[in-house]
Amino acid sequence: MIDILIVFIKIVCALIWFLTLTLYLTWLERKESAVIQDRIGANRASIFGIRIIGLFQPFADAIKMIFKEDFTPAFSRRFLHNLAPFLSFFFVAITISAMPFGDFIHIGGRAIHLQILDYNVGLLFVLAMLSLGIYGIIISGWASNNRFTLIGGMRGAAQLVSYEVALGLSLIGLIMVYPSLKLSEIVHYQGDLLFGVIPKWGILLQPLGFVIFLFAALAETKRVPFDLPEGESEIIGFFTEYSGLKWGLFMMTDFMEIIIVSCLLTTLFFGGWQVPWLATDGFHFPGGAQWLLSHWAVVILQVAAFNIKVFFFCWLQVLIRWTYPRFRYDQLMDMGWKLLIPLSLVNILGTGLVMSI
Amino acid sequence: MITARHFVVNIFFHILKVLGIKTKRKGAVTIQYPEEKKELASRHRSLHRLMKREDGKPRCVACMLCVTVCPSECIFVEAAEDPDPEIQKYPAKFLIDLSRCCFCGFCVEACPEDAIRMDTQQIEIAQYSRQDLIYDLEKLLG
Repeated sequence: MIDILIVFIKIVCALIWFLTLTLYLTWLERKESAVIQDRIGANRASIFGIRIIGLFQPFADAIKMIFKEDFTPAFSRRFLHNLAPFLSFFFVAITISAMPFGDFIHIGGRAIHLQILDYNVGLLFVLAMLSLGIYGIIISGWASNNRFTLIGGMRGAAQLVSYEVALGLSLIGLIMVYPSLKLSEIVHYQGDLLFGVIPKWGILLQPLGFVIFLFAALAETKRVPFDLPEGESEIIGFFTEYSGLKWGLFMMTDFMEIIIVSCLLTTLFFGGWQVPWLATDGFHFPGGAQWLLSHWAVVILQVAAFNIKVFFFCWLQVLIRWTYPRFRYDQLMDMGWKLLIPLSLVNILGTGLVMSI
Repeated sequence: MITARHFVVNIFFHILKVLGIKTKRKGAVTIQYPEEKKELASRHRSLHRLMKREDGKPRCVACMLCVTVCPSECIFVEAAEDPDPEIQKYPAKFLIDLSRCCFCGFCVEACPEDAIRMDTQQIEIAQYSRQDLIYDLEKLLG
């Protein structure tokens, strides 16, 4: 009984963390783009005259979105049209269950893992769910029963399928180095030290894999350098026929994908919740110096480390979105098939060679 | 990357502003309009006003030059006879329909008596009805 309760609490906490971060990512996007372009950004939303640099803006946006008319075109396939945004939302939202937020915490003789479910195949699960998200795109393009959305949906499917290959292949080198598909174990392996000095993070062991994964994951989020499926203003994308909250769900899916990609980058390449040289009882520096900390301080440091790394990658992805112009379609396909996939194969080969020495 | 540099530089100046440190350079070029207003140039053509003589009567002699020159035909003047032979005419009615005015300033250029000027520096003259935008002698003399 108490185990079920604990899992329930973990799910609620993770979802609150996830959705709040999603909401505030919209705020971050507006503010960061504003700062980059010498502007101020949305700062007018207020509650009783208090407006802390526009921090209430996401709520104003959400309220607006809820009260907008939810229009379903008469020519659409109604059931599928309604289903599509929920499908794409669901498949992204469920991946948070595999993310390790931290190590065990001990309360009352009970060890609680700060991860909703520690799958044996956590990494594969996340990749599979992200791939299933394509169905949301194809179905929305198809069910809108509009030629342009159908073309948009097909563009999206083609792009995501192409980059899925590079995404999967870039991680094989990583799985060779950390022989596990369990995300928590991958993080544990990254706590070891390389040459007894620097932490054994994925970025140090798999630099090429990191670059390939970053590009492929950016393509998976369908945002600006790779936003051919959506094409907010110029080319018509797959959610043209959606309005109100269902359109909002598609936008939220985008932002949630950013968070998931940030979580994956953190977990796989930047040591997850590991703080350099921090063991379960405190810091053990390479020189032999020690700084012992209590259990709770260690847990808080680890969770904070995970959060800071995730925030950094969210920031980085928003920065990339506001820096680069959109790829042309042939450039997109060339980059996927002719650059990233051969490079990831080279990466696997190189990793194998180094490991066999 | 250039954008990252922009971000860091601008956020640095924003933080300095929050901390209350005055710097010459600012993080953003935005003017937060209703609270903060841009200074208008002295030659900026804003809301019209009619000038007065020393005795308080309008300087206008109802010569109709502004009515003639007005490209949007938004000025209406009705002349009346003035007992003073030096003046001869004065405007009994002087209406400017600001909803049609294009603020070209031709009336100011045309006026031989320097009776109409556009130097009030008022630019917030929006109203809820068109009727309120028809300014009469009383309003223009201010």
